This record gives sequence, C-alpha cells and structure tokens, in this order.
Amino acid sequence: MSRFIRPYGDTMNDGKVQLSFTLPVENNAHGEACAKAYAETLKIHDVAVVHAETLSEEYTFFVVYGTASEQLDPSTIKATEVESDVMDKAEIEAFIEKNFNRTLTFIGASTGTDAHTVGIDAIMNMKGYSGHYGLERYKHINAINLGSQVDNEALLEAAIEHQADVILISQTVTQKDVHIQNLTAFIELLEAENKRDDFIVIIGGARISHHLAKELGYDAGFGPKKFAFHVASFAVQALLEKEKNV
Amino acid sequence: MKLILDYNIVEACRKDAEIIASQIQTMIDQHSTVAVERTILRMLGIDGVNEFDIPYVNVVVDHIKSTADIRKGVAYYLAKVIEKENLTPQAIAEAISKKTINLADYDSPEKPNIELLTPHLETTEAQIRAQKATRKQWQKETQFPEKYVIVATGNIYEDIEQAISAAKKGADIIAVIRTTGQSLLDYVPHGATTEGFGGTYATQENFRLMRKALDEVSKTENRYIKLVNYASGLCMPEIAAMGAIERLDMMLNDSLYGIIFRDINMKRTFVDQYFSRVISAYAEITINTGEDNYLTTSDAFDHAHTVIASQFINEQFAKKASMPETLMGLGHAYEIDPNLENSFSYEIAQAQLSRQLFPNAPLKYMPPTKHMTGDIFQGTMQNTLFNIASVITQQNIHLLGMLTEAIHTPFMSDRAIALNNANYMYKAFKDFAATIDIKEGSLIDQRAKTVLNEAKQLLDTIREEGLFKTLEKGTFAGVSRKETQGKGLDGVFKKANVYQNPVIDRMLASLKEGTS
Repeated sequence: MSRFIRPYGDTMNDGKVQLSFTLPVENNAHGEACAKAYAETLKIHDVAVVHAETLSEEYTFFVVYGTASEQLDPSTIKATEVESDVMDKAEIEAFIEKNFNRTLTFIGASTGTDAHTVGIDAIMNMKGYSGHYGLERYKHINAINLGSQVDNEALLEAAIEHQADVILISQTVTQKDVHIQNLTAFIELLEAENKRDDFIVIIGGARISHHLAKELGYDAGFGPKKFAFHVASFAVQALLEKEKNV
Repeated sequence: MKLILDYNIVEACRKDAEIIASQIQTMIDQHSTVAVERTILRMLGIDGVNEFDIPYVNVVVDHIKSTADIRKGVAYYLAKVIEKENLTPQAIAEAISKKTINLADYDSPEKPNIELLTPHLETTEAQIRAQKATRKQWQKETQFPEKYVIVATGNIYEDIEQAISAAKKGADIIAVIRTTGQSLLDYVPHGATTEGFGGTYATQENFRLMRKALDEVSKTENRYIKLVNYASGLCMPEIAAMGAIERLDMMLNDSLYGIIFRDINMKRTFVDQYFSRVISAYAEITINTGEDNYLTTSDAFDHAHTVIASQFINEQFAKKASMPETLMGLGHAYEIDPNLENSFSYEIAQAQLSRQLFPNAPLKYMPPTKHMTGDIFQGTMQNTLFNIASVITQQNIHLLGMLTEAIHTPFMSDRAIALNNANYMYKAFKDFAATIDIKEGSLIDQRAKTVLNEAKQLLDTIREEGLFKTLEKGTFAGVSRKETQGKGLDGVFKKANVYQNPVIDRMLASLKEGTS
C-alpha cells in the first residue's frame, strides 16, 4: 500500500528540515535574502535564516530551517544489494582464522607506466584511507605492496616467489585506455604461464568497474569509494570458494 | 595544575633516548643519500627542470650515480668542474642535461677545492637569513595555543582562497596538505599545480604563492600567519631547503614516520631527517613530529607510552641536528575512544605529561580523528573536549578538529565552526588550570605515572636492542620494518673518504656559534 512521507520535525509529515551552506555573498540583508531565495529554489518554503556568519568578505555561512514541500512513497524505493557479504576488519580476521589454516598473502602493485600509488596505498598501507585501515593492519594477512610502475612480469614473479593467494592491481591514472591493454596483457601472461587458477586476481582504480574486471577475465574490480575491507571481504570469500572446489 | 613526577625517571628516559639516537647517528655520519645530494645542489642555486620535466638536481645526481662515483658526493664533482671550467652550478647542471659535460672526466687524485662552492652557498644562505629577519620582524608575542587549520583542495589557487578565509576567522597557522603519494616520489615536482589527490603538491612555486598570499593577509589582519608543509618522504631534506628559502614556518618532520607508515627504508629516513633538521634549525623552522599517527592505528589508551617514548627519541635526534628545544614541535593526539569511561581524564593525564616532560617544546596537539564518524553533532562535542584539554594543559600548536573529519576535506564553513569552538573554549577555560591541582593518587596522577613508567621500560628495551631491531619488531603502531627493505634504499650510499657536505658543515658551524 502506498503512503507518502515527508521529514518529521515535531508533527507527522510537517516537512521540517535544517540546512547549512555557504554562499559567495556578503553578510548583510541582501546576503540573507539570497540564502532564503536559494533555499526556496530547493523547494523549501517558510524559510527562516536563523544564523548568518561572515567567513570572509565574499563568503557567508547560513543555517536555515524550512518546510520541504516534496513528498515520497517509500514503497517505490529500491536499495541495491551487495553481491558478496561485506565484512569489517575484525570479521575478516575471524573469517580467515576460522576457514584457513594459514596467513593469507596479498601482493599488490600499481602496474605498467602508472606512477600513482594512491590507489594501492589506500588499500594496502597500514594507515589505509578515509579512516579504513589498509591490509597491512589486518591480522592473518601478509600484505606486500610492490609500489608503482611494476611491470606485469615482475608482479607475477613476485607473486610466485611469495606464494601469494591474492594479487591486487591498481590503475589510477591512465591515458588513451592504456590501462585496458596493460590489464589484458597480465591475464594473458597468467594464462600463458598456466597460473590463472593459482590466484584470486583483483583490479582497482578510479576508472575500474566490476563489470570491466569480469570482462577482462579478473575475479573482481573495485572503483572509487571502496576500501580495504571491501576488497578483503571479497577476496577471502572467493579464496575459500576456490579452495573448496580444488 | 601540575603532575608530581619522579624526575629521576624522566632523566633516565632522556639518557636512554640519547644513547638510542647516538647509536643511529654513527650510521648517519657514515652515509649520504640521493636526496641529501640533491639538497646540496639546491643550496648551490640549481633550480628548474629540463625539457623532459626532470628537475636539474635529479639530472645531476642520476648522472653521477650512473657514470661517476656518487660516494664522493656532488660537492666533490661540482668543485672540480668549477675549478676547471669556471661555470655556475646551474650552467653545469644544464650542460649535464645536454650531455656536453661528463662528470666522470673530472675524477682525479687531487683534492677538490670545496671553497669554490662558498659564494654560491652564501647567496642561498643570505636568502634564508633575510627570510628569518622578516619572520622575526613580524613575530610579536604569540598567543597560545596557536590555532592550526589545514587546506587540501589539490589546487593551490583554491587553497589560497580557503587559507585567506581561515586566517580572517582567526587561524594562526595554515597547513597545505600534500597530495597522497608525494612522499614516495624521489623528486620534487616543479611549478604551480592545480591537481592533486586529497591535497596539493609541495612545490617551491606553490610555497611561494601561498606565502605571498599569507603575507598579504598578515598585513590586513595585523598578525603573522604561519605556513606549514611536509619535510617528509623521499625528498625530506630538499623540501626542508625549499621551505627555508620560501619562509615556511613549520615543517612536518618525523624521524620514524616515513619508515613506519610509508615503508621508506630506515637508513634512508634517518640520514635524510638529520640533514633536514639541520636545515630547519638553521632556518628557525619549527618541526612537527608525527607521534599522533601511532594512535590512529594502535589503541590510544594501550599505546600511550609509545608516544612518550617516541617524543623522547625525536627530541634527541633533533638535538643531534643542533636544533633548539623551542623548535621541537613534538606531537601527540586526543584519540582515546570516547566510549571509554573517564576518557577525558586519561587525555588530560597524557597531555599534561607531555607538557611537563618537554616544557620548552612547542607541543603539537592533534584532534580526534580515529573515533570521528559521520555524526557531526557528536563530533563537535569530541572537538570541544579536545579544545578544553588543549587549553588547560597549555599545548602550543593546536590542530583544529573538524566536525566533518570522517566525511570530506574541510568545507570553508567547517573550519569556521572549528575556530569558533576553539575560541570559545580558550576564553571559557582561560585561567581554569591555574585554579586547580591534580590530587596525588587520583586517576589522572596514577595514569600519568603509569604511562611514564611504561615509556621508561620501552626506552630501556630499545636502548638494549637498538632502534633498528625495535622497528623490525613492530613496536611502533604495530608495523614491522626491516633494515634492508623499504623504498629509497638504493638511494643510500656510504661516503668515500673525499666526501664533503659543505652545506651541513657551514650550517652546523653557524648553529654552534649561535650566529645563524
């Protein structure tokens, strides 16, 4: 059954919202009028500019209350489901402890001509990114970060030497789709050496999607706003699946 | 407000740290690095990039590495070429880039006449002295804590807009956050830059542009606004030199951070940090050490003593570089889990302990980051408690906590809210500390003593096994690093007998005479 909702202030569906934003205007009567008018363009009416603060001559910060006029039928809203279970760091560590009798080795690199380590560092380095620790910080994971501009052969050699379970490849900045050629070449190399089934191979980067990864023959691809725990969640589950099938 | 401490323990900690630093200093004195050599070239006036955008200082060092003997150092070769060809260092660098000079041809048994480099070094030293004089002229009585905010747009021109706004709202110190990954570049990018990841490239031109903008706002606001960047990573001493020339006022500079958090080789880091600290001491640049980072990975309550131990070690490394205590911005942080009962008291214990252990150091106090969530209202409360702790324990360099810490690099308004919060707490708690005592045997007293004792035990262990071994064991932040691994190791070399570093010799002499 459909029902329409609006934000709740102190009465059902009164539509009350609070907003704060900065406008490039002076803090005076005209500036406040601008803030009110701007809130109205967002379909908020009965706008009250409750606070205006000068940030510098040209910028003013506003706190605004008002009534949102739009309404919504929650039954029409779909949320996207996650494919594999996403676990947090502690759950991943427990998962490894429970399912594997060993430390898992993740080896990663930014490959080809790409000199950017930001992607691989965000996933692997101790400090991680945006408050999410990197794989180096995980118990039961041996994380080896080879850094940037690693060629495909060197990456495979290192993966074999360290008996890696998972290979992570980052492609941050690329020109003229050179990343596609490079990623294709790595899969071809794995297959030529008859090593494709020895590893879970995952790619990541600003222009990488899961769809692209699958198309190129990788196990998974992670785009922006994905952190170590996303990558590790997928990797440990895929690895367990793989080992069950052996 | 004072803790009653056993100063015999404090002295023992210092003694341990001194021995630890001395063990490493022996290695430092025997080695140089490609970054150290490039720094000497910058001090000799070599600047700019060639037609392939490679900095000339890299061109020269790479050339020596591949065709001549880097163990003799750049000063050796440049002195020899100047003696024979009467060229400027810049002209030599350009000739090497064009392949019209091969430094291997200048290898000879005669001693180089290093004095020939003196006029070129004097030019740069005069620039640095002029910058020091300008800073001194500006500096009046500094109000503590000094309010420190960051800008991090990736675009230097946008950074300038935000920095001006923050200064006008009362910020005393502006730090331009560096783009992710720059610490691992073995060269310093050139020119003004407008793109970065979570920060802006540290380049000499960006330093100059921001310093100029802050000088203008300092005039209109009638107080000196300080500028901060990062003398860290693989180009640590080069950036220290650039900062000295362009009048940066503070530099993030830690003797262990790169090793632990960036997997930079430990020998490389120790040698580089030594030279960078000599330069900063000479240029009167305050360093900021990075102990706060241990607590973003390890638990702040359980690992509090590692922060204190590292502060003692950083202090001794800075002393080795002839740095006065008044330039040692030793770091720590307000990172205890807010869900822990009595978290505020434990934070006070830690902050007051740091204060009393390093009474002359301009302590750098970092706000909550680890336990900040998207709940900006809760975040504001955490920042408020941090601000109170900072003012009542008299911290110096006070990084403002952002309510949107876990969400995005700060909006202009986030910074303004943080400044208002800090200003309010400074005012509200101004004379509070002077009116209260810490009871002996109380929670705060006990906690401070426990942390100090644990720090002492840790320093004892490090002294016995050596810092290399400690780093291998993963004592700091739970990260293990090996002496023979890490980035930048191939840029470390043992000095030949004829090796000289005239920059460090001149700066140390000047620091010892107190005439710098």
